[in-house]
Amino acid sequence: MPAAGVVMIIAVLLIVLAVVYYLVSTIVALQRITNALDEAITGVVGIIEKSAPVDDVVTSINTNLDAGVDLLEGLLVKKAGMDDAVGLVDGLYPGAAGEGFRNFPESKETKAPRISEVYTKGTLTLARLGREAPIAAASPNGPALRNPSYGSLAARALYPEVRQTRPSSMPRSPVIGTDSPVQYEPSESPGVRKRMPVAVGAGSEPSTSEGGVVKSGLAFLRRLKNE
Amino acid sequence: MTLEWIGDAILLLVVLPVVVYLLRGVLNAANSIVPSAQQIAAAATAGSKDLDATALLLTTQDQVQKTIEVAADYGGSLDVILDNA
Repeated sequence: MPAAGVVMIIAVLLIVLAVVYYLVSTIVALQRITNALDEAITGVVGIIEKSAPVDDVVTSINTNLDAGVDLLEGLLVKKAGMDDAVGLVDGLYPGAAGEGFRNFPESKETKAPRISEVYTKGTLTLARLGREAPIAAASPNGPALRNPSYGSLAARALYPEVRQTRPSSMPRSPVIGTDSPVQYEPSESPGVRKRMPVAVGAGSEPSTSEGGVVKSGLAFLRRLKNE
Repeated sequence: MTLEWIGDAILLLVVLPVVVYLLRGVLNAANSIVPSAQQIAAAATAGSKDLDATALLLTTQDQVQKTIEVAADYGGSLDVILDNA
């Protein structure tokens, strides 16, 4: 065989070897790609299956929450009035008054009274439950009506004038016991005392004659007044 | 004879380098796709695992419905108890 033929055969063999090497490497790489894509497809199918009911469920949740928001907004505005309702919301969530209520477009233009600066949340709740006091509506832009650090004292003003400003005009609660200053005797008939109670060591025996009960009662009241 | 040597030279100096160059390009391209495909597979698997909690949405749905029902009951009672503004 001539030398040129041998060299040609070697050259062809080299070309074939190169083609085989690179094609096999490419096949291996493509197989790895195929495996990875299979995993990806499995994951994507899982995502599709798991997210399929999300739309319906989230829509249902949003529907219920919308109904709740409508209910609470309507109830708040109905019971508290637009001004106080906006003030309450702004007190709980500062700046929320600017967004207004969803079902009450006019609430965006309502100026929120400074409720949270005037009353604590507990006072607001008690006031709103106890009476329809237009709290803070009188001076939404004025100074705070009380010091927030001492809310319990200021809250008294929201209740009837019975005890909080005139406690001395109310009779004191009786002291009971065997060594109490005023002794009470058990009555034979309910609601009727044998005699009015007398302080221990007070001196004279109370009268039991006709009209004695009235006199001893008056004496008891005078004694209480003096004390 | 001379033509055979010329053919050998062409095979060794032209054809072989061109074949090697082209096949190496194909191999490099295939190898560059492998990491991307593996990252996509990992992301899809992680995403699928993250969505395992979507079954809890059914519980959330029930809880929201019950909560709104309770709030509606309270609202109805408050509507009766409290006077309107």
